[in-house]
Amino acid sequence: MVRKVHIHTNINDGDVEFLCEERQSLLEVLRDVVGLTGTKEGCNDGNCGACSVILDGRLVDSCLVLGVEAEGKEITTIEGIASVDGLHPIQQAFLEEAALQCGICTPGFIVAAKALLDREPEADEARIRHWLAGNLCRCTGYDKIIRAVMKAGETVQGGAR
Amino acid sequence: MTSTADRKGAPSYTSENYSSAKYKVVGTRPIRHDGLDKVTGRAKYGADVSMSGLLHGKLLRSPHAHAKILSIDTSEALKLEGVKAVVTSQDLPIVADQLIDLAEVMANPRVMAENILAGAKVLYKGHAIAAVAAMSPHVAEEAVGRIKVEYEVLPPLLDVREAMKDDAPLLHDGLTTRNTAERFGKGTDTGVKSNIASHIQFKRGDVEQGFKDAHVIVEREYNTKGVHQGYLEPQSSTVNWAPDGHITVWTSTQGHFGVRAQTAAVLAVPEHMVKVVPMEIGGGFGGKIPVYLDPVCALLSKKTGKPVKIVLTRKEVFEGTGPTSGTFMRVKFGADKNGLITAVELFLAYEAGAFPGSPVGAGANTSLAPYKIDNLLIDGYDVTVNKPKVQAYRAPGSPQAAFAVETALDVLADELGMDPMDLRLKNASKEGDRQPSGVPLPSVGCVEVEQAMKEHDHYKTPLKGPNRGRGVAMGYWGNGGMQSSATLTVNSNGTVAVVTGSVDIGGTRPAVAMQAAEVLGISAEDMRPSVGDTDSVGWTGVTGGSRTAFSTGIAAITAAEDIKDRMIARAALVWEVKPEDVSFRDGVFTNGKNSEERLTFKELAGKLMATGGPISASAASNPRQVGPGVCGNIVDVEVDPDTGKVTILRYTVVEDVGQAAHPSYVEGQMQGGAVQGIGWALNEEYFFTDDGAMQNSSFLDYRMPTSLDLPMIDTVLVEVPNPGHPFGLRGVGEVSIVPPMAAISNAISHALGVRVDRLPMSPGVILEAMEAGKGGK
Amino acid sequence: MKSIPDVNELTCSASKGLTLGAAVPCYRIYEDQSINKLYPGLVDSAWMIGGIQIQGRASVGGNLCNAAPSADTIPALIALEATCVIAGPKGRRTVAVEDFCTGPSANVLQDGELLVSMTFPPPTARSGAHYLRFIPRNEMDIAIAGVGASVVLDQSKTRIESARIALASVAPTPVVAKEAQDLLAGKEANEAAIEAAGEAAKAAAKPITDMRGTVKQRVHLVGVLTRRALRKAIERAKEA
Repeated sequence: MVRKVHIHTNINDGDVEFLCEERQSLLEVLRDVVGLTGTKEGCNDGNCGACSVILDGRLVDSCLVLGVEAEGKEITTIEGIASVDGLHPIQQAFLEEAALQCGICTPGFIVAAKALLDREPEADEARIRHWLAGNLCRCTGYDKIIRAVMKAGETVQGGAR
Repeated sequence: MTSTADRKGAPSYTSENYSSAKYKVVGTRPIRHDGLDKVTGRAKYGADVSMSGLLHGKLLRSPHAHAKILSIDTSEALKLEGVKAVVTSQDLPIVADQLIDLAEVMANPRVMAENILAGAKVLYKGHAIAAVAAMSPHVAEEAVGRIKVEYEVLPPLLDVREAMKDDAPLLHDGLTTRNTAERFGKGTDTGVKSNIASHIQFKRGDVEQGFKDAHVIVEREYNTKGVHQGYLEPQSSTVNWAPDGHITVWTSTQGHFGVRAQTAAVLAVPEHMVKVVPMEIGGGFGGKIPVYLDPVCALLSKKTGKPVKIVLTRKEVFEGTGPTSGTFMRVKFGADKNGLITAVELFLAYEAGAFPGSPVGAGANTSLAPYKIDNLLIDGYDVTVNKPKVQAYRAPGSPQAAFAVETALDVLADELGMDPMDLRLKNASKEGDRQPSGVPLPSVGCVEVEQAMKEHDHYKTPLKGPNRGRGVAMGYWGNGGMQSSATLTVNSNGTVAVVTGSVDIGGTRPAVAMQAAEVLGISAEDMRPSVGDTDSVGWTGVTGGSRTAFSTGIAAITAAEDIKDRMIARAALVWEVKPEDVSFRDGVFTNGKNSEERLTFKELAGKLMATGGPISASAASNPRQVGPGVCGNIVDVEVDPDTGKVTILRYTVVEDVGQAAHPSYVEGQMQGGAVQGIGWALNEEYFFTDDGAMQNSSFLDYRMPTSLDLPMIDTVLVEVPNPGHPFGLRGVGEVSIVPPMAAISNAISHALGVRVDRLPMSPGVILEAMEAGKGGK
Repeated sequence: MKSIPDVNELTCSASKGLTLGAAVPCYRIYEDQSINKLYPGLVDSAWMIGGIQIQGRASVGGNLCNAAPSADTIPALIALEATCVIAGPKGRRTVAVEDFCTGPSANVLQDGELLVSMTFPPPTARSGAHYLRFIPRNEMDIAIAGVGASVVLDQSKTRIESARIALASVAPTPVVAKEAQDLLAGKEANEAAIEAAGEAAKAAAKPITDMRGTVKQRVHLVGVLTRRALRKAIERAKEA
């Protein structure tokens, strides 16, 4: 058996410990070890953004982070975006604007959009298109996704949350 | 270099506001029922399946595009700790040729088996040869590397025209050309050994005379490369073969009844022994109709006694699953001085990939269907080459042929000095006109869509600036009907559960449920739609062929009508009147004998247990009057003359949708198809080395459009009701991918004064075309 | 490796120049105010590595050690005269960035050695630099060709005192377009000089044909990009 490493981390505001192999990516650990399957695998080489998570405040592709690198870090996944009070404005806007079709890229887009709006809620269409260029969607043509993020930005700025 | 995002202050065009006053629910925009699970990460897709005792599988794939397999030695793989089983084609039963109708495509389980695990020969690089089941995917992968295969490498055939030659080496020793006159027809066997699996011909009128009568003749050749569906979710399957012989499959598929049929046929077990549980599906576009993994997982499960799961890598998706055909095409148009088309000849050679089955027949029929043509000759060829077996991709076969036809039509308009929309309107098909296949067109919106384009602000606004051009093109797709099933159950609080057999790829749960809600006079939010497995709901064809909202909708409407009748009977029981004395309107039952007595649907639902028990109803559909789809694009581009890079400035999609069930998701289909078309037009291609290896099998080098490559995609929903549907729905999903390639090609030529005769029109290709300076405005 | 302090160093000042730790991720470069002011040519390249997700992880040092012919940051480093600081069993040594790559995915690092940081001289007065590349999409792509250029202008800001031009994706390693550089020294900063430098840079390109582009296309693009890079570098030098 391959030796495993004991990792202490924080996922979605809760302390989490897990054992992982050194070769396992954070994506694999999140999905197969921790059981958070909301983070999706589309390419496993950093070119589609479906596995986007926020690692210590930074948007990353979890397929390009090793599980062992999670030690002592704070991670936000799609499962940590909504609160007990309800959906995040981005999630709400995705529903209202029909910004998803098959939904497989949706968690990555929502996590990526949150990382943007957390620091730039005023981001305009051009900025949003640039920020989300690392997230591929094959169903929507992006139109409704961009509109949803713009709408969520307005909500965030309006202090509705 | 200019990019959409760089152009500060560029106007952001919004979708044309759609409103339908005809219906209370149909035509509105409720939040989709499965949305919450999908924005919170709770929705379970194929790869999210886990269960106790689960083993993980990996496939060994051929490094050669064409080779004989001399031997396979799996002994070293089996010795690795954690490895539980290895399977090869030797583990598959021998099955005979037969055809399974999957809607849009026909499947032959013998061919399918050879594609799933190669037998005597590998026919493309990436062709699966063996599979391993192990304790973890990493161990399985290591074991795959220990399988030894001896090959006798053969020269690969990669070019469709080379493969058609009489003296070309043969991929399949036993393959002979069949002549056929219908898309799925078996045709007559010519007995001639060839890589050409079939030759389809449509012929009408006197083509020779038609060209003699022409004032202008345009003749052009076109080439297109293979492209992939590009769904973001790689294929996966988890299968448990129980000791009693029952096989359960959890997979993401466009049609679980199709998976059941295919899996049972390949494994030679009775269909009732296979149960398929459809997981959420991360895109399909036609590519998730065929099975690749389910029979392999089943074999591994049988050998190990444990459930086995395989998830493909992105590289495997590109190399081992269906792209669509690359093509060589020739088109010849003749027209009189007034722009009336006098004759057309169309030659289509489509790559089938390693096994017969390209969508050339659909290309042959659909590309000229928007036009009334009295003299035509269309020859289509289905040609095997050493590339992955092609599979359906959104309006399969039509985009390629439409690229040729619609680009040549634009040349014709230029040569006639005619407005390209006027040329199209002049020749537009109407109901009753014959398609190339000879079948008369049902109600069709060619004229309405073309009028809407011509009158649109986008078309009427002059395009200014250097290196900019505008293009238009049309697309036609017949759409599918096929059978669907739905079961509706009234809950005691008046909500209604809707179980259908249609997997939901892009919002068909609400689209179907809303139609039933319209009948029952309740809201979309009162519906609880879900997708049943193969044991829980009646047989339903694939989510494909743009058929789901249409055909499954009819099943749901029919079941809702049944529910309504039964509810009326209950109201009659409550009021002690005859059912015919009860009226039902806007969700309220009224006693005709005493109009004071009224019950809402919800109130009556609460009385069901006391009036005879629960109410549920099932219905199946098999619609005959399918409404074809017509779509037109208007596109403005700017070309960087130094680099050949094309920027899309403005894009408008106009489509006849019959009646939009949920307009947001209809717009989404139109926008998504347009953007897949933009990718196909500009950058997407299978790039092969001379020895047949795909070099760009990643999302880095297989360049699908990103959000930064696009403007907003404007939509115009034209509604010519389909008389074959109670609310007038037409299929809307596929036709939107048909016009973009030609529309963009035409725009580029108007920007540069140079025609581009191939796809993709990547920067390098455009630079070459500019240098060659051939063609002209 | 990411836990070694030196590799995470990022110090930037007009007087001492820039020390860029090898593991500093791209976002720290383009979010740093002083680097944006003093080394915009570096920011150009750091900003285009992958998408936002990649920039949260990927470093210029990694891009350099990877030694891909298409690496976007290397021409910018060469144009800015950056030096590699290498630590090994025998202590530390320095190598000019233009001498670091020895072939595709090959560099001068010996066994046991690691790249610690890159150091950049303080920006010269009246200097400007720019990096740009050509890709078919607008992001998430590999350069078909890339050009980094820097210029130093004379007191009058009309004449080029010196120039540096480095090319990506057109040879097994990043290439210094020496003839183009020499040609610009002492010339008026005008279109004629830029045009000539573009032609000279094309001569320095020795590309191959592959799935991303042909020899002809790449050589052509080197001319286009050199001209565009020089125009922007001169504009920046005039503003500096």
